[in-house]
Amino acid sequence: MNRLPARVVLALLLFGGAAALAGCSSEVGSAIDDGPGAAGVKPAYGDTLVEAITGNVSGLIPNITADSASHEIGNLLYSGLVKRNRELNLVGDLAESWTFSPDCLQLTFSLRKDVHWHDGHPFTAEDVIFTYQTAIHPKTPTAYREDFRAVESAEVVDPHTVRITYRKPYAKALQSWGTWMLPRHLLERFVLEGRLRDAPQNWVSPVGTGPYRFKEMRSGEKIVLVANPDFYEGRPYVSRIVYRVIPSQATIFLELKAKGVDAAGLTALQYRRQTEYPAFRKAYWKFRYPSNAYTYLGFNLKDPRFADKRVRHAFAHAINKGELIEGVRMGMGRDATGPYKPGTWAYNPEVARYPYDLPRARRLLAEAGWATQNGDGLLVKDGQPFTFTLLTNQGNDERKKIAEIVQASLRELGVGVEIRVLEWASFLKEYVKKRRFDAIILGWGIGLDPDQYEIWHSSKTGPDELNVISFANAEVDRLLEQGRQSCREAERKQYYSRIQEILADEQPIVFLYFPDALPAVSRRVYGIVESPNGIRFNFTEWYIPTALQRYTSE
Amino acid sequence: MLWYALRRFVLALPLLVGITFVSFIVIHLAPGDPLEMQLGEMNPESSTQAKQMLREFYGLDKPLPVQYWNWLLRLARLDFGRSFMPDGRPVLAKIGERLPVTLLLNLVEMIIILALAVPIGILSATRQYSRFDKVTTVFVFVGFATPDFWLALLLMMLFGVQLGWLPISGLRSLNWEYLGFWPQQWDFFSHLLLPIVVATFGGLAGFSRYMRQSMLEVIRQDYIQSARAKGLAERVVIGKHALRNAMLPIVTILGLSLPGLIGGSVIVETVFAIPGMGQLMVQSVFQRDYPVIMANLVIVSVLTLLANLVADLSYGLVDPRIRLAGRRGRR
Repeated sequence: MNRLPARVVLALLLFGGAAALAGCSSEVGSAIDDGPGAAGVKPAYGDTLVEAITGNVSGLIPNITADSASHEIGNLLYSGLVKRNRELNLVGDLAESWTFSPDCLQLTFSLRKDVHWHDGHPFTAEDVIFTYQTAIHPKTPTAYREDFRAVESAEVVDPHTVRITYRKPYAKALQSWGTWMLPRHLLERFVLEGRLRDAPQNWVSPVGTGPYRFKEMRSGEKIVLVANPDFYEGRPYVSRIVYRVIPSQATIFLELKAKGVDAAGLTALQYRRQTEYPAFRKAYWKFRYPSNAYTYLGFNLKDPRFADKRVRHAFAHAINKGELIEGVRMGMGRDATGPYKPGTWAYNPEVARYPYDLPRARRLLAEAGWATQNGDGLLVKDGQPFTFTLLTNQGNDERKKIAEIVQASLRELGVGVEIRVLEWASFLKEYVKKRRFDAIILGWGIGLDPDQYEIWHSSKTGPDELNVISFANAEVDRLLEQGRQSCREAERKQYYSRIQEILADEQPIVFLYFPDALPAVSRRVYGIVESPNGIRFNFTEWYIPTALQRYTSE
Repeated sequence: MLWYALRRFVLALPLLVGITFVSFIVIHLAPGDPLEMQLGEMNPESSTQAKQMLREFYGLDKPLPVQYWNWLLRLARLDFGRSFMPDGRPVLAKIGERLPVTLLLNLVEMIIILALAVPIGILSATRQYSRFDKVTTVFVFVGFATPDFWLALLLMMLFGVQLGWLPISGLRSLNWEYLGFWPQQWDFFSHLLLPIVVATFGGLAGFSRYMRQSMLEVIRQDYIQSARAKGLAERVVIGKHALRNAMLPIVTILGLSLPGLIGGSVIVETVFAIPGMGQLMVQSVFQRDYPVIMANLVIVSVLTLLANLVADLSYGLVDPRIRLAGRRGRR
């Protein structure tokens, strides 16, 4: 399921921790007696796994959809040339191996020769070229063609070798070929006519190369997949997967308790309190690892008060992150020191940190000229009291709580904060995009590639662009440019390490935390391994021992 | 009568156009558009050009009045267009697959409500301030005040999780295909049981109160006195003379709830994961799927206008005084 993280990159998260079940990552599990990866239980084929999705899929060709449900299902129906393994490294999937030319401009893939589409047709280099052509075809309704714009040419060398040439080195080149491969023999005419959405493969008969085949879909009710016996890495153990469409999170949780679904993401409250009873622990494994998203307090750096680094440092010192994580997520989150997740290769732990230290915060503010207090206890400079408005979006309790904690913390310093909670769409459109804010609480979803050009580069501060806080730093600009133009990880690591040092020092935003993903999976299921890449990366190796199988399958 | 009906019908057309015009504008005024909803706002991977291209694809780049005009032209041919969702399916197909279950749910609910509310209303009116009246009043107000979703969750916890008697959500069990005919029916019914109970509980309150009120008014009328004075049995007085008159307002309310039959209950459908019209409408609104929203609105407005018309006409049938007024209006 974590086959293709490339798509999930950097989308602004509406709900903190919504990434719960999508491929996530890293360390500790819950204190489970024997552990879900338990050896000694014999793998067996069969049984059905029931999962819940909150919305209908918007299509079965994930290359032209953007909702998480269709991507999750697409990951089982299709496969890409490369995928991420448990350590989050890119490894071959449909590609056996690849080589980069020394100048990073040419990427040559050798493809597996034993792969067949679900309809029996052999998978060849032609299909890879076709997938590329589909992505760049002007009539393909996809928003994801940026990755392939960098390609100068893609050519078939022989039926199982493809050579891609880039105009200039492109760091995300390899990752981008993790995209879902599409069958030329079925879809070519739809692509040429610009009618890919109308293709039956997008609705009733998708054909991919992935571990599962499509069985049926009832709109608004369920989607059923069955194991692909001819899967090139071997038939997956679980015979059938049923995705039930259940729009309400509360209902999903009740279904989990009643064993109507086998896996679901939990909220912090559910994880810590509502599932801590023996019957639940007996029935479910619980997992915990940081998700690919972080929450932050951002400043409008165009505002002269926030343009002063000392003020930002003071705020960072005034917020007790440990207490904040405890308060809003019951401790189910990790301290963020920068925009990269601890445990990933680009992460640099050696950066400036800002422990909770009110006297120091006061000193910093005094240095910045905010020394005297008025009758209301507010700091004053040039006759103006230090007050600002903190905006965040509706429908996210966590962010509202953060805003309240920030408000209380800054009040200690003599800074007045007024909180406004706005409807999501208008919050983005009228305030964030137009830069009409003093400070915001928001989150970023992060990709598995460390390139964050769009968020931190000074050229991206235009009205529709993503550097919403108007951060500008010449060195960061240069490092970002270098980082996205290298195909060597060791070299890129240096650039991103330095970027993290600068960001930690500048504190253009106060990095708050990475919320934990908290999935629960039925104890019938064995073979689950927790890893920096979450639990889904080896989904095809999950199995249900014969004695525990609940559903018979044909 | 026929002339009156025809005139009302013709007058309803500009009204319908007006309703659609206002709705169209209001929906498009809501911040965000289908592409931003689909592609994720502020998603660096989706370029501005890509969005622009999709906007042209859907005709969203044209000025609003032009968009509305085009939509109206298509509507005149009863073409509701295609959904803006990536599946791009015809709107009518989408509505068609959602409608039956919502209709079924709401019809059953309506019948149960009527079957319970009318007797409750009559009894509490004829025995005003009796213990029965007081008990039902309390019960009915509790029903009125209880939020649907809360009651739904409580029932799900009790019958689904604790007792395990009933399924929690959805329409059918996973093994439905493998069941025999009668088990299949039971399975389907057991899935609908809780939703119907929840929907009925809330609706019961209103109807039984209307019935009670209307009955109270009627039994104070002189003609009821005279019916009693004639020596008719109380059963006949209430059941025949009073009930007919007391039903009048109920007919109006029934007519007005007609559009609700296909509108679906958003909360019940969402909590119980029933793929009906209410869910479709909510999803469409969140996704800014304009064609589906508009089609839904048109259907509901047409039904509302029709229901109004039918209610007015049936008034004439039930009440001679109104019929007279209608005749006068024709002259």
